Amino acid sequence: MLSIKEYQTVSSIAGPLMMVEMVDEAKYGHIVDIELADGSIRHGQILQVENDKVLVQVFEGTRGIDVEKSTVRFLAKPLELAISPEILGRVFTGLGEPKDGGPAIIPDKRLDINSRPINPYARDYPNEFIQTGISTIDGLNPLVRGQKLPVFSGAGLPHDQITAQLARQATVLGKAEAFAVVFAAMGITFEAAQFFINDLHETGAIERAVMFINLANDPAIERIATPRFALTAAEYLAYELDMHVLVILNDMTNYCEALREISAARKEVPGRRGYPGYLYTDLATVYERAGRIKNKKGSITMVPVLTMPEDDKTHPVPDLTGYITEGQIILSRSLHRKAVSPPVDVLPSLSRLKDKGIGEGKTREDHADLYNQLYAAYARGKEAQELAAIMGEAALSDEDKKYMTFADKFEAEYVSQDYYENRTVEQTLNLGWELLSMFENVELKRIDIKLIQKYMPKFRKAKQKA
Amino acid sequence: MADKKVGRIVKVAGPVVVAEGMTGVRMYDVVRVGNLNLIGEIVELHSDRASIQVYEETTGIGPGEPVTDTQAPLSVELGPGLIESIYDGIQRPLNDLVEAEGEFMSRGNMLPGLNREKKWHFQPSVKDGTKVASGDVIGQVQETTQISHKIMVPFGISGTVHKISEGDYTVEQTVTVCTAEDGTETEIKLMQKWPVRSARQPKARLTPDTLLVTGQRVIDSFFPVTKGGTACVPGPFGTGKTVVQHQLAKWVDADVVVYVGCGERGNEMTDVLMEFPELKDPRSGEPLMKRSVLIANTSNMPVAAREASVYTGITIAEYFRDMGYVVALMADSTSRWAEAMREISTRLEEMPAEEGYPAYLAARIAAFYERAGRVICLGNPEREGTLSIIGAVSPPGGDLSDSVVQATLHVVKVFWSLEGRLAYQRHFPAISWLTSYSFYKDSLKDCFEDKEQGREMEKMTVDAMGLLEQEAELLEIVRLVGAEALSPTDRLSLETSRSIREDYLHQNAFHEVDTHTSMPKQYEMLKTILHFHKQALVAIEAGVETADIFKLAVREDIARAKYIPQAEINKIADIRKTIEDQMKKLHTSVVT
Repeated sequence: MLSIKEYQTVSSIAGPLMMVEMVDEAKYGHIVDIELADGSIRHGQILQVENDKVLVQVFEGTRGIDVEKSTVRFLAKPLELAISPEILGRVFTGLGEPKDGGPAIIPDKRLDINSRPINPYARDYPNEFIQTGISTIDGLNPLVRGQKLPVFSGAGLPHDQITAQLARQATVLGKAEAFAVVFAAMGITFEAAQFFINDLHETGAIERAVMFINLANDPAIERIATPRFALTAAEYLAYELDMHVLVILNDMTNYCEALREISAARKEVPGRRGYPGYLYTDLATVYERAGRIKNKKGSITMVPVLTMPEDDKTHPVPDLTGYITEGQIILSRSLHRKAVSPPVDVLPSLSRLKDKGIGEGKTREDHADLYNQLYAAYARGKEAQELAAIMGEAALSDEDKKYMTFADKFEAEYVSQDYYENRTVEQTLNLGWELLSMFENVELKRIDIKLIQKYMPKFRKAKQKA
Repeated sequence: MADKKVGRIVKVAGPVVVAEGMTGVRMYDVVRVGNLNLIGEIVELHSDRASIQVYEETTGIGPGEPVTDTQAPLSVELGPGLIESIYDGIQRPLNDLVEAEGEFMSRGNMLPGLNREKKWHFQPSVKDGTKVASGDVIGQVQETTQISHKIMVPFGISGTVHKISEGDYTVEQTVTVCTAEDGTETEIKLMQKWPVRSARQPKARLTPDTLLVTGQRVIDSFFPVTKGGTACVPGPFGTGKTVVQHQLAKWVDADVVVYVGCGERGNEMTDVLMEFPELKDPRSGEPLMKRSVLIANTSNMPVAAREASVYTGITIAEYFRDMGYVVALMADSTSRWAEAMREISTRLEEMPAEEGYPAYLAARIAAFYERAGRVICLGNPEREGTLSIIGAVSPPGGDLSDSVVQATLHVVKVFWSLEGRLAYQRHFPAISWLTSYSFYKDSLKDCFEDKEQGREMEKMTVDAMGLLEQEAELLEIVRLVGAEALSPTDRLSLETSRSIREDYLHQNAFHEVDTHTSMPKQYEMLKTILHFHKQALVAIEAGVETADIFKLAVREDIARAKYIPQAEINKIADIRKTIEDQMKKLHTSVVT
């Protein structure tokens, strides 16, 4: 182990970055403590070393640091989280220090927050259906254990309610297993964070929750480390304590902005909208930590939340996220205005891992055909709605009118539900069949005829009578 | 081996490390970096200062640590044992790495790509005293039930074969000695090495002319790719690029499939890994894994190794092509590869071109796709091999003006454009029929044994495409003046186009039967849909109401034709008879 060395050789400070000179044995990625003239301590991480010059990013910001009197201590280790089973039920800062007034964690071990990539060969395929009680997710975009499914939201949309509902209701059918919630707040408001914490308190889930809170007025650069602390805790809970962990990262847009700030301060060539060219790789090192591992009981399911600037899904943050995550739940402002809640925009939403998590023995044999048909019918209904908006309903063919009625009913009965309404997957599926019962069999091209005869309400009733 | 040169690190910035005292090293030599022995490659030289792209995470590395030159460029090991393997971007076997270091990747482990212990049964095909030259086949190893692995004389070696004998060998044991005219002796082993960044040379190149059948209706019928051809699949996220790539890897009629997961999701690779040993190749009935090589450098694995992964994959693919096989390479996604280039380029402080990408982006992409082709392989016996490349592209925001898409479209001959609009309707594969194209359409007719059928198929695809184009125009009119304004024949065109879209182009990758459609079945299905159209036209002329035609019960049979198993495809021809019968009834109702 290298001894800890101290230097008073800060040569320049610009934005969140600080240059220290005449340093030996500095290593890329290691952390430093900075002691200010007044004795207070800041934390930093080495971004670049060139000969004896070291570039440090300061998590808490550089305000008040001076060139002459500050002391920089090189701790010769990467950023670590002190961890033990005691972390459950605790609240930490964005840098992993207790924030709830409780005692410091007596560590079982210290883990590098950057972890190491999971060997793809060691992964186990996520295929256990999680029932969330939300029809638009369970029925149309099923979530499975080990999946990363982000919520693409916008300013003023109720993503907080949805994530709280997810944390409250998510269960795996027919199993009672140890589970935990890890919540990382990055630059969100006190109100939003408190809403979530209160909700966990009410349901008693707080006992099995770990929280890393970086609020809107906390140092921005700290946000770069926050999701990594949260995921390190999640990995510990999942792979060492065999728990099924739901990780909620809120809000990834703020995380990316912090990354952009560092990149700009380093004068790097910017990519789209000023975000660094390595944003994809960086986000992947966060998102890809979700998953299941062969021969390990626990799993990490991740629900990152991000707000799309101007509801634009081609903005780099949602765009690159969508390329890494296994689907996305997109919220729609127009549905929200129509008081449809949760306002899930069904058509562009997607769960990539659904196919292996549903069907006979998992949910029900008709699940796949049913959602395909619901999607197709709703898409056609939406087209009819648009057509009607341009030319008036009178111009629609009878066929189109029928689909439009379907789309309206679908939004009112299927998409819309109370934030405290917990529908079983069976209820969700049956609701789908009821809505489809307005069509003739020949129109239900995507459903196997045998399934129609088995599950369509009119056939089912006839059978019950017999 | 000569003395290894040792330099020392002066700068570390992410995946790029600069070292001094590196006199005598060559560009693209592999070096070991720092006390952790990380693997890197030289990408820039300024007198004794070398910039190194490091294939592993560089945290904990600092100035003063040593850099050792291995004096060899980044190479892959080629020989028996490649099939059924799963490698990272620099050919480290991921299954062995799990055993060596656990579920999480650690650093500095350079495991060999081919198993050193396993013995293979070598069957010579030449005798002692035979004169051989580079590329000549001297024998074979039955690698899997499907692949007979040809052992070829490595490049640059020729002479007379001695001491060749049948037996069990490891990849490192000598199977024969080759004496050149000047008397130098070279030991030939089952394994040879090849630097990944140079293409393996064939004897001659030919124009690709045979269809690569994929079992995907929209691709085979409308936008086919050939054995030796190149195709690209661009599309925004969620449009099914990966599903298309997986479907091709599963059903394509190639002998060997190399699948490169370049900077994509870990779970997707797991999906392939779990599914391929289970799924059966429709032609041989053997598990698909027995013809596949997988390269997985997922998005969270080091970016420099991602840059190399595409080259590792193509070199392995070329090697099997040189044995005379039909090889297909899927690269998902080439955008991640380009981004890796961009990231390295930025760290090297090179002057960026468009969107921060390096100026050599287009040249690298073109050179990569140019490694595809149909060739006469080097050496005797004379054999023909083909290598097709199918690359996915992930443009930001689905914008096709993106540099990677544009550079790719310059070189590839087939373009499958995925559209978000289709994906939202769950019309998969979401390949747009209006914007996609293929330069290989002429090969379609030749893939039918019956020439007449081939010509008919070609004509039908032209008719169907005509209807789809007409549909786009008619929908414009409907949008302006309403459906009422259309004539009965136009209404029929709309219905038939809908039928082509929903009953033919739409294909469910997760349905047991629908996932793969043979060419004869494609012919039958399309013929049935168009037969309905023709019969309906006649009926309309006879005064039958379009509404009555659209209500015919047979339309449900047409819609469900895709679920008829291959063994029962004559049932599809029966549907055509039903169409005629039901139409006849309509005619009589008009007359009476």
